[in-house]
This record gives sequence, C-alpha cells and structure tokens, in this order.
Amino acid sequence: MTDGESADGVRLTGIAKSFGGTRVLAGLDLAVRAGEFLTLLGPSGCGKSTLLRIIAGLERQDCGTVSIAGRPVDHLPPAERDVAMVFQSYALYPHMTVAGNLATPLEMRRLTLLERLPLIKHLSPRRARVMRGIMAEVRAVAEALRIEALLDRKPAQLSGGQRQRVALGRAMVRHPAVFLMDEPLSNLDAALRVEVRHELADLHARLGTTFIYVTHDQVEAMTMSSRIALMDQGRILQLGTPDDLYDRPASLAVARFIGSPSLTVLETVADGVGGIRLGAVRLPFGHRFAAGTRLSLGIRPEAFALPLGPEADGPALAARLVRAENLGAEWHLHVRLDLPGEPPAIVRLTAAEHEAARASGLLEDPLTLVLRARGVHLFGPDGARVEPDPAHTAVVE
Amino acid sequence: MAVSSVPFASPAPQLAARERRLALAGAAFAAPAALLLVAILLAPLIVLVLLSVTDYRLGAVAVRFVGLANYAEMFSDPVFRRAIRNTFLYVAFVLPAGVFGGLALAALVHARKRTRSLYEVIYFLPVTSTLVAMATVWQFLLHPSLGPVTPLLAALGFGRLDLLNDPDLALATLALIGLWQLLGFNMVLFLAGLSAVPRDLYEAAALDGAAGAVDRFLRVTWPMLGPTTMFVTITTTISAFKVFDTVVVLTRGGPLGATDTLLYVLYLEGFHYFRTGYAAAMTVVLLAFLCLLSLLQARLIERRVHYA
Repeated sequence: MTDGESADGVRLTGIAKSFGGTRVLAGLDLAVRAGEFLTLLGPSGCGKSTLLRIIAGLERQDCGTVSIAGRPVDHLPPAERDVAMVFQSYALYPHMTVAGNLATPLEMRRLTLLERLPLIKHLSPRRARVMRGIMAEVRAVAEALRIEALLDRKPAQLSGGQRQRVALGRAMVRHPAVFLMDEPLSNLDAALRVEVRHELADLHARLGTTFIYVTHDQVEAMTMSSRIALMDQGRILQLGTPDDLYDRPASLAVARFIGSPSLTVLETVADGVGGIRLGAVRLPFGHRFAAGTRLSLGIRPEAFALPLGPEADGPALAARLVRAENLGAEWHLHVRLDLPGEPPAIVRLTAAEHEAARASGLLEDPLTLVLRARGVHLFGPDGARVEPDPAHTAVVE
Repeated sequence: MAVSSVPFASPAPQLAARERRLALAGAAFAAPAALLLVAILLAPLIVLVLLSVTDYRLGAVAVRFVGLANYAEMFSDPVFRRAIRNTFLYVAFVLPAGVFGGLALAALVHARKRTRSLYEVIYFLPVTSTLVAMATVWQFLLHPSLGPVTPLLAALGFGRLDLLNDPDLALATLALIGLWQLLGFNMVLFLAGLSAVPRDLYEAAALDGAAGAVDRFLRVTWPMLGPTTMFVTITTTISAFKVFDTVVVLTRGGPLGATDTLLYVLYLEGFHYFRTGYAAAMTVVLLAFLCLLSLLQARLIERRVHYA
C-alpha cells in the first residue's frame, strides 16, 4: 500500500496507552484506507476497543498521532473529528423518540446554544426552518434503514435489532468520514446477527465510507471486512485480507486464532535438508533451519483428507477416531494421531466425503489421514510462518 | 396411558379446587402484611377522621358529635390561617432550594475524584445530626449579641439583624436552617442517580456534539435523573410541610406568630390545650395537603419521567 492510498483514511502512528500500570496499546501503527471496511479483531482485553475509543477521541493516547483524512485530530474533541460511533449498548437517549435521537447530531451542529435551550428555543425565528430541514434528513435516513414507522417511538419500545438500526441511523445522519463500531452485534441473537451482518456489509457498499469495526468474533471479521487487523496484547499480529489471515497466517498465534475448529499444531524438528519428519513421514518445505531446530506444524482441519480416489496419494498418517460430530453439512472427526504422545487433531469432512468414506470402510480404526498441501503451515522457533519454497511444495514420502 | 379413559369433563372440578387452594394460600401469605397495614396505618387514620368530627378532649368522659364544626372553626381561626400561610411560604422556599440545591451540590461533588468522599461527609453531616441539638448551636450562632452571624452580616452592610426575633426574618431564617438540614440528604440521592447514568450516553453525546456542560445536562443528565428528581421532590415536600422541631426549639411560633406553622399549631392544640378533636381535624387537613401535593407532583413529573 502506498501513502497516497491511505492519506484519506485513518492513520495511526505509534499509538501507546496505559491504564495505571497496565500497558494496553504498545506503540501501534495502522493505516486504514479510505472507504475500506477494516476490522480490529482480537480476544477481549487485546486493546481493540481502546484503540477505537482513541480514534473517536473518547480516550486520549499517551503518545502517538491519529490522523483522519490526512489531518491530525489529536487536539480535536470527538464531535469535531468527523467520526460517528455505534456503541455496543447502542447508547440511545432513552427519553427521546427515535426521531429525536436521529436529529440530535444535526441539532447540535446547526442550531445555536440558545436555539437548543428549553422554552427559549421557541423565540428563534430561524429554528423552525432549520428543524424542518433536519427532520427531512432524519426521515431520509430512517427510510434507508427501514425504520420510518418507528420515528415516534422511544427506544424502550423497540426490539434489539430496531435499536441497533436507530444507533446506525444516528451515526449515518451526519455523513461522517469514518464509522466506528464497537461490537455492535454482540447484543443481538444469533439469527438476527447473521441478518444484520449482511445489512452492514450492504450499507458499507452503498455508503462507500470508511468503517472501522471492532469485534472478537472471527466470523463477523471474515465475512464483512476488506481487511482485518488481528490484535493481541496491544499489538497488531497481522494486517491483511480475510484470505491472507486464513491462508497465509503470519504467525502461529494468527493461525490459532483464525479458523474454527482451530488448526491442529504438532511439534516437530527440522531434518537439516529443508524438511521435517512426522513419525515415518517426511514433509519437504525448503526451509533453511539447521537439523534439530524445533518447529511447529499447523494443519487446518480441512487439510486432512481420507484416502478417497484422487486424495489417496500424499503423505499419510495413522490415527484413532475418538469422536465424530455431525454438523449437517460437514463432519468434524476428533482423532488422536499415531505419533509420539498421541497428539489430538481435528479433521473436517464434507457430508459427501463422510458418506463416501463410511461406504468404503475408511472410518474404521485405524484411520489413514492424507495431508493436502493447502492448509499445512510450518512455523519457525519464533512462531513466524515459514514461506514454503515453491520448488519443494510437492509433498513426497 | 390411563389418562385416555378419563372423561374430558372430570379434570375441571379438580382444577377449580386447586385454584381455590392456591388463592387461599396466596391470601394467607398476604394476610400478615395486610393486617399490619390495617393496624398501624388504616385503623389510626379512621380513628383520626372520627375524632375530627367530635369535641373530644384528652381525658374527657363525654364525647359529642359536632359534625364539621372543628373544620369551620379552623378555617375562620386567624392563627390557623397564618400557620397555613407560613407553612406554604416555608415549603415554597425549601422545596425548590432543596431540590435544585441538592442537584447542584451533587453535580459539583460528582465531578470531584479524590475529594469526593470528603465532600459527601461534609454535606451529609447535618442529616445525621439531631436537629433539636443542632438548633441550640444555631441559636448561639444567630444570637444578636453572642453569636458571630450578626456582626458578620453587619460588617457586610446588612445592619445589626436579630434573625430569629425579627418578624420579617424569622421564617426565612428557619427555612435556611431547614434547607441546611436536608440539602445533604438530597445531594446523596442525586449522587446515586448521577452514578447510575450510563457512561455510554455521555460518550454518545460527546460524539453527537453535545459536549458542553449545558447540552450534557439537558440531553443526558437531567432526563436520566427524572425518577430521582421525582422522589427527592416528594420527600422534600413532605419534610418541609412537617417543619416542627426548629420552631419549637428556636422561636415557639414567634415573634408575633411569624413562625407559626401547621404542625406547631397542631401540636399546641393537641398536646398543650388537649383539644384532641380539633387537633385531629388539623391533622386531616395536613394529610390532605400532603396527599394532594404528592399526587400532583407525581402526575406532573411522571409524564416527563423516563424509567430506564
């Protein structure tokens, strides 16, 4: 990414923040491109919410700079940063109608203080005209979110999904340069979450505004984001597209966090000639580690296959079936590999593969598991992923 | 199963019996509270209303039904009318000053971080002290020749005021003491209310542009304090209406009846002149006022109060 691309989005440089003695963010850099849907993903306590609040101006960073649309905003209060935020709790004004909630950001900008005071406000001849304009915009936003029928209701009379939309509307109504969202789906039930996920992605596509979205849910991150910044302990572990994070995880930590069920990790040692050994099997990677270096092998559940037809050739491991879970469209086999220490592993099969395997008796103990090339990752002693040498990717026994 | 052989009609009587039993059990559980309510609230109230239409004097052997004569006497009695006027004046000052003063103090104390508990204690102390005991302190403070207040006011150019013995000032002085006594209590209630306002709302307001003190207060704080304000208003009204101990200890209704209040006059009639029937009638009037005002406030405020 070049500087020109990111100049219009949000740029964070060297952001650090401690609460008391606890370091929450440790000198973090991030460039969010204008118009992209960037997700800050990470386990709770990783600093993602704090980072979002620093961008919003609700929290002040100890050091570092926040720039929005190319200008530093560190000295600006939240309202002047041209950002809007959707809170986890929605934070709607409970005493105001939906229309009042949606109108608030505009009233604050377009009416003078005197025109906002109770009673006195009616003295201004200008106010009625301004309010008509505001209400027209409120109505337009409400129609876009299909909540125009709710404008006269109060938040307490709305369902969770409706409240969520009102919160979105309150953010949309002022056409901010950046939308900030702090786990906006976490208070919705599972079915609604899927629906709102689509709507959010759709909204992003329609508005073309920069979205910065905080979540601990990898499904939300994978399905909606242009790019994901995976965070842990106040640092960004990897910044990339959902494909990057899943198929080319930068480190073992990233590989472990992304993907469900999570990948199987086997401890191995380098053989000195660019490969590793798993029991009797040798896997060539073209790495340069000296013989005996401790390495970790990560295997995605779908990288295991049963020797059905074309899958039959490839390095094979023996395993014992512990439990099989039926998820309808797919099966998860929990197995123990026939290696020293009997390490556990999870195998993902499609329903069709499972059916075929059962028909040909491949699910009888001991199982034979074939490793596919895609979804097998090697990690060095520092946890960083070892990029396989293309000349050696063919797996040979 | 055997159920299939049972006619459809037969479960009904069983069900009715079960419901009766349940209702009986419910009544049994409610009975102690209901009995207590009757014994300590309703029964005395009925006795009070009955007494108010008699000429009963404490210890008298004969009682005569006098109809509304007590009420008629009351409303033609200049002392009682003056007491009502004084009481309403007192409430008219203490109520708004107590509510808004308490709110202002709470807002100020709430903003303190380290010194907050110190201020809480300072303002709450008067609530914990016995007003009768504190009244003697006030008497000393306000004494025209012994206390420090008179010379202080004189130094400020107010002249030598005898705050408790000047008919124009005595009621106002009592009102200020009353305010001093209940401000801390209201402050603590408002502090609790302020702590319950979700932080998110202030943050949302900050992003929406309502970051200034006035906007924050009008958009978030004041509306969210609705239930607290209603409670504080009603309790303050009731305690202001019942102003009594400062009157007894500091002024005894004087000078020239300037501090005669409803409860003080009632006390004199009932416990000094032993005109129990007459005092009962006054009590009914006092109760009526309190009920009416509380209802009115509840109605007025309830319409604008949001319970989260």
